[in-house]
Amino acid sequence: MVEKLRQNLSRRSDLVIIADIIPKDVRILDLGCGEGTLLRLLKHEKNVRGLGVEISQSKILESVEGGINVIHCDLNEGLSLFADNSFDFVVLSQTLQALKNPDLVMSEMVRVGKKGIISFINIGYFMARFQLLLRGKMPETKTIPHPWYNTPNIHLATIRDFRELCSERKLKIDMEIPTGSTFDIFAGIWPNLFAQNCVFVISKE
Amino acid sequence: MKDSEGIVIPKNYLFGETPEDALPLDCGKKLYPVNIRYETYGHLDENGKNAILILHALSGDAHVAGHHKEDDKKPGWWNEMVGPGKPFDTKKYFIVCSNIIGGCSGSTGPRSVNPATGKRYNMTFPVITIADMVRAQRRLMEHLGIKKCLHSAGGSMGGMQALEWAFSYPECVQSVIAIATTSRLSPQSIAFDWVGREAIMSDPNWQNGNYEDTLPEKGLSTARMLAHITYLSDEAMYRKFGRKLQESETYSFDFTRDFAVESYLEYQGHQFVERFDANSYLYITRAMDYFDVSAKTGGNLTKAFSGIESQFLVVSFTSDWLFPTYQSKDIITALLNNGKDATYCDISSSYGHDAFLLEVDTLGRLISDFTNNQYMEALNG
Repeated sequence: MVEKLRQNLSRRSDLVIIADIIPKDVRILDLGCGEGTLLRLLKHEKNVRGLGVEISQSKILESVEGGINVIHCDLNEGLSLFADNSFDFVVLSQTLQALKNPDLVMSEMVRVGKKGIISFINIGYFMARFQLLLRGKMPETKTIPHPWYNTPNIHLATIRDFRELCSERKLKIDMEIPTGSTFDIFAGIWPNLFAQNCVFVISKE
Repeated sequence: MKDSEGIVIPKNYLFGETPEDALPLDCGKKLYPVNIRYETYGHLDENGKNAILILHALSGDAHVAGHHKEDDKKPGWWNEMVGPGKPFDTKKYFIVCSNIIGGCSGSTGPRSVNPATGKRYNMTFPVITIADMVRAQRRLMEHLGIKKCLHSAGGSMGGMQALEWAFSYPECVQSVIAIATTSRLSPQSIAFDWVGREAIMSDPNWQNGNYEDTLPEKGLSTARMLAHITYLSDEAMYRKFGRKLQESETYSFDFTRDFAVESYLEYQGHQFVERFDANSYLYITRAMDYFDVSAKTGGNLTKAFSGIESQFLVVSFTSDWLFPTYQSKDIITALLNNGKDATYCDISSSYGHDAFLLEVDTLGRLISDFTNNQYMEALNG
């Protein structure tokens, strides 16, 4: 069971990293939990008590089918449903760029949870930079496949942008794990240039 | 009758034949004897962990699924949801549905005969609450040998009872399925109930509740027509009726019914009078008015939910303006503030409040999966 759930997760390198970071027996909130893939794995592998938040009705149905508790809620309306410090970890995976107010959601994450875990697509990735620099066109990559005029990704940022926002909002970066598919070694050395994704663990300063 | 429960035989459970065995009520009075009309579907398994209690709404009854007779025109009120292979799968679960006290479909209510006087109770029937209904249902559970049920489940007023179970008997319900409901009746709903009762009580045939052969049909059908509007939505009414005229091509230029929507309401009112009792309507709507799980905690819902042990599936519908989405969210917030987990879905629907009877596919899938998970949990410990 756990192996199969792990396999389901393997397409998303950021989720694999997040699953590894989260310790056993904690309570987590997964913002934009989708079909509940991460929560299902953590429930069975690490006895994690998880709660999902999802806006899509069909994904909620999938989550419930998988035995996951999920709350129908639009993250753009904030996390007012959730009390202070009610979770050990609050996860936001590849959703930050689609939010109206990513900065507010980040602040809310560390209010509701002791730590926030955020993964996002790094628009500073060199392939994206080349498209803009050489072709003079908005980047379209494997991770951001949408044309500029029709994309859910309205707030793309680079790793450097994200670090700056954290420092501005007095959010402490506890961990930073860049990932790239073919340039993993370089991603570790020059994340802002060679990482396609990055996972950050943040907390209140 | 394919895929249905088939012929179901209603049963009766009579208790409170002595004052000592009476049902104590929130108003301070006692009710005895008490008859509960109920129906069951499926079988209670050996470990007694597969019982589901379905609670009905204002105008519902114990007949939730299947047919009473071969030639019944209509099956039970939630036939799409309850039956073999359906979301409440009667091959797996033991389903119980009973008529509420105060009702008029077999359980003791205002039209029952008071043994102390030999006459109908009518307006001498004590004012009951949702908690009183649940207290009576608890007696039935004991009678059926059910210690703990998998769910208490219901929509609208049925959802209020489902919630009340978790407050009155937290050890008796593993989980609650609360659909299109609220933890306390809003002033808007209280207002509609008031107007409905006024319509009944101002009907000269009502006779202070002591009607016999001539029923307060006008009053009851007016109350029903008003309530029926609150179960629909602007969009649903537009889609169903538009501005269509019922019979003629032109306006009548008088005050007889012209529009299809008027004709529909009239029909609903007539239908209702044939199957429902006016005094019951007064008592049941009053019970809803008084429903407020936060009454004992000064209106603080979070505090009110602090003793809750059950798990929750809460469902609302986007176009329901009688029990709007925010009222379900209030329940969820109160649960989350107490560190409880819950599942909540605001189903996209244009049917209004009635969606809980009509959005069978989405609601059915949620219920089926949630129930299955809860049952697995019950079996595993």
